Amino acid sequence: MRLELVPRASVSPVMRAVAPVLAFLTAFLIGGLVIWLLGRSPLAAFQVYVTGPLQDPWALQELVVKATPLALIAIGLSYCFRANLWNIGAEGQYVIGAIFGSWLALATHGTEAGPWVLPAMMVLGLLGGALYGLVPAFLKTRFGVNEILTSLMLVYVAQLILDYLARGPWRDPKGFNFPQSVTFDPAATLPPVMEASRVHFGAVFALVAILVTAVVVACTLFGYRLRLTGDAPRAARFAGFSQKRTTLAVFAISGGLAGLAGISEVSGQIGQIQPSISPGYGFTAITVAFLGRLNPIGILAASLVVALLFIGGESAQILLRLPLDLTNAFQGILLLCVLGADALVSYRVRLVGRGAHA
Amino acid sequence: MTFFEAVLLTVITASTPLLIAALGELVTERSGVLNLGVEGMMAMGAACSFAAAVTFDSTLAGVLCGMLAGALMAALFALAVLGFAANQVGSGLALTIFGLGLSGLVGAPFVGSRRDPVAPLHIPGLSDLPVVGRILFSQDAFVYLSFALTVAIALFLVRSRAGLTLRSVGENHASAHALGLPVLKTRLAAILFGGACAGLAGAYLALVYTRFWSPGMTAGRGWIALALVVFAAWRPGWVLVGAYIFGAATVLQLHAQALQLGIPSQALSAVPYVATILALLLLSIRHGRAVGAPGSLGLPFVPDR
Repeated sequence: MRLELVPRASVSPVMRAVAPVLAFLTAFLIGGLVIWLLGRSPLAAFQVYVTGPLQDPWALQELVVKATPLALIAIGLSYCFRANLWNIGAEGQYVIGAIFGSWLALATHGTEAGPWVLPAMMVLGLLGGALYGLVPAFLKTRFGVNEILTSLMLVYVAQLILDYLARGPWRDPKGFNFPQSVTFDPAATLPPVMEASRVHFGAVFALVAILVTAVVVACTLFGYRLRLTGDAPRAARFAGFSQKRTTLAVFAISGGLAGLAGISEVSGQIGQIQPSISPGYGFTAITVAFLGRLNPIGILAASLVVALLFIGGESAQILLRLPLDLTNAFQGILLLCVLGADALVSYRVRLVGRGAHA
Repeated sequence: MTFFEAVLLTVITASTPLLIAALGELVTERSGVLNLGVEGMMAMGAACSFAAAVTFDSTLAGVLCGMLAGALMAALFALAVLGFAANQVGSGLALTIFGLGLSGLVGAPFVGSRRDPVAPLHIPGLSDLPVVGRILFSQDAFVYLSFALTVAIALFLVRSRAGLTLRSVGENHASAHALGLPVLKTRLAAILFGGACAGLAGAYLALVYTRFWSPGMTAGRGWIALALVVFAAWRPGWVLVGAYIFGAATVLQLHAQALQLGIPSQALSAVPYVATILALLLLSIRHGRAVGAPGSLGLPFVPDR
């Protein structure tokens, strides 16, 4: 028995809408099976993972808090993936952005610095992430080095730099030897969107980034250039679009947005520098970008869905004693299903028996 | 044992898993498939081999389970990229995310367990030779296997009919298909072989290198193995050279940390990753872009009838 893919005469619009739903259902079936194998009730797990957080107002705020960095990073990555370029080092760009912005927060700590500090921190975060993202882009355009491997290796380097700063020069001398910096001043803290809300201004950045991207992709020459570079690189060359400039631009954009996500998280959520400031947002955002089919609105929805799984995973850990690794494994399966389901859009999939002659 | 001998022995232990995983990925890539899931397959190999070795109290059972786990993970990848012609880069990343998560589930009950060291082979006469005896003739079976694998893969690719088929499928799948070569079957075999190798490398990490299991213990070695294949320009002999250079770099930075030279330990820990970037950069400067890359690498193939 084998699978046979028969090309469709034209892309099926029905399948385009149905494929992600099918992918989701398949992933949930596999996830349920695994939970059943672990000796728990899949229905109870579904309740804890999905329906539970949706009924709890506190959890709904937490949902937006977790979706914020995911959406910001994923919307940046969608520029790269559209152009068929593989930045998988967003986690590192997130960390470096956080470091750049936090430098200013710590340098102005305890001084009477004015309201300029916070915007400057955000700009520095954007800049730091963009510069770090440009390293693999430059190595690719100038020397032809594979961007997948370099961007990933730079993640480890960024995490080690953060670890060094948190344990060394930036450690709070009065912090009982805990590896963390002083708590940021109010002037360096990203405020909540509403009084007494957990949702900070990073969520607004994410919404703006999504709206701007929707306009850029649909209505500008740059958006067209990205799609052409990704779908038909030869045609893009004939059209006079420079592959090098596109590469540098998309890495700067995705790195910058990841850096902004990093400094927003540190300034609005954590409030200080620690050796670890991300539960893997930069990698999860790759899943989010594909789950949203690289479409801005899709990414917004996908970031909320994946954030829901994050929160559900945490409560499943407490309520059902299901390990957090299950959530990560599920993410991998979900991404595989989403990518596999893409085939349904342009092919008819048939199961062919051994004897059948094709 | 002198200090020098001790260092050389640890270099061999650090290099062997890189070599085995990179050789498997090399075969996969020569068939035209880029599997970025090495890290995930390796993590699963480590967790499953350790679980099996502790449960059955047998290193052999552990190794077999590790290879099986790697191959099963690879089969999942094959279903996506061959069965559904899915994007290989994305699917490989998904496999890594999946493998790292699932290995955490498999390994969790075994945190804190320890395995006894695997006895090195003792070859009468040769192992007792001064200086070279300990280094060359007293390694564990994996080390000899990794060398044998290097030679076998080199011969297979260049001197066998099946190797020629594998290479033509990787260079140009459309032409290979037109010649009647089984493109998808060849790729399936190559993907499964790569998975089994990654699983074996993971088993070596858990059973020989650390002898315990902890979450995330692969620590990017799967990605370094991927970089080694590029660094080696898709040739087995150079994979061997590259694996030992990286193994040596890893061990030297560990020794430098122990000496307390006043360099932050994080800077030394970053050495293998920075070295990978520099190696890829130097290679590109000397040879131009992607020397020796198979022509169809990373492209999905759907046979027309």
